[in-house]
Amino acid sequence: MAQSAQLNASILKKVAMALSGIFLITFLALHVTLNFISILSESVFNEVSHFMGYNPLIQYVMQPVLAFGVILHFVMGFILTAQNSAARPIAYAKYNGAANASWSSRNMIISGLVILAFLGLHFYDFWFPELGYKYIAGTAPDATRYYGELVHKFHSPVRTGLYCVSFILLGFHLWHGFASSLQSMGMHNKYSRFLSKVGLWFAVVVPAAFVIIALFHHFNN
Amino acid sequence: MKLTLKIWRQKNAQDKGGIVEYPIDGIEPDMSFLEMLDVLNEQLINRGEEPVAFDHDCREGICGMCSLFINGEAHGPDRGVTTCQLHMRMFKDGDTIFIEPFRAKAFPVIKDLVVDRSSFDRIQHAGGFISVNTSGNTIDANTIPINKHDADKSFDAAACIGCGACVATCKNSSAMLFVSAKVSQYALLPQGKVEAVDRVLNMVHQMDLEGFGNCTNTGACEIECPKGISLENIARMNREYLAASLKG
Repeated sequence: MAQSAQLNASILKKVAMALSGIFLITFLALHVTLNFISILSESVFNEVSHFMGYNPLIQYVMQPVLAFGVILHFVMGFILTAQNSAARPIAYAKYNGAANASWSSRNMIISGLVILAFLGLHFYDFWFPELGYKYIAGTAPDATRYYGELVHKFHSPVRTGLYCVSFILLGFHLWHGFASSLQSMGMHNKYSRFLSKVGLWFAVVVPAAFVIIALFHHFNN
Repeated sequence: MKLTLKIWRQKNAQDKGGIVEYPIDGIEPDMSFLEMLDVLNEQLINRGEEPVAFDHDCREGICGMCSLFINGEAHGPDRGVTTCQLHMRMFKDGDTIFIEPFRAKAFPVIKDLVVDRSSFDRIQHAGGFISVNTSGNTIDANTIPINKHDADKSFDAAACIGCGACVATCKNSSAMLFVSAKVSQYALLPQGKVEAVDRVLNMVHQMDLEGFGNCTNTGACEIECPKGISLENIARMNREYLAASLKG
């Protein structure tokens, strides 16, 4: 007699990780594009930031979906890590993980925890003040404030350094995560090799762009 | 060759166990790893000590019994081999070698280096078969045309000997490579398609019940597999499972 598919099946948990991961990858592509505008044009950056901050579709539909994606990805990551640890209650006296798997693939939980800590700092820097500005203080919309707020945050060398380290760890996370998400969803065909290479480029280019943005505003102002 | 062996000794399943050090001398580089253990056991027996228990059967690289984790790798530092095909020339004179049983909650240690891999049998029983009428009117399998590409892929998956190196080497103790090979070898053939939905749902369900970890696609299993079973099989099983979830 056939078992019915269960929501807690290992494969479905991995698919949930993969889908939320791909969604967050898409968000990262959008985020880095918008941030990069801050290097090119102060006025355009202010304009797009104001649009993102006050567009009802983005604020009340996309933002909750994004929050759900982030929470799902982290919660599933913790659940999978706990289950994986329980699957080997007695550790090897000698385990040579580097012999057959990359550092990034073996340490997704470490890079993930760094990204989680970074998100805490990032929310403290930008999201919580934004919520306070709009919903607690009830300040009138000001379409010219965003660039100044961004630049102000990167005055501190410590904060800039923390951001850069986090972006490097994000790169390691993406280095494995991009291709891994495709594999988890069952993709293995003539396009897989190409998409894996796209994933590796993405893992380098996007974090590098974030680092460049942070360093640009630190040294330029 | 003169070596220092650090071997996991455990009296029985209940014993806590621990690493015991054994110096050994006179090992020939062309000996297989199991022959080296035979030499050690001869010395232990001559000294009146308990020999080291380890699994072995064919010693031709096809039975998959030799569940040894050597110097941090399943079946040792060589690639595409089981322990009986690992030769001492892979080590240097004076080396210290750690020898441990395959470690996983689903592979409990029975004694020393011998582990219970019956969890693999239960997964296989859950769906790793096709139902064939054997009452006298059996049909020759060759009467069904099969695309050669699919037949070759199926054969490659069927080469899995169920040794458990994939589980042992995976940092998560995941059995996905083994289960996916058993799912794939049937999923690719017309005879296997009839029970494809039940097979993948039942086998994955049993795999989860046994307490194996989740696959995180590190790829270590593929590299350590003595039969070169490809990660492609895991992707295929994931597809099969997702499709079966919608149907089942």
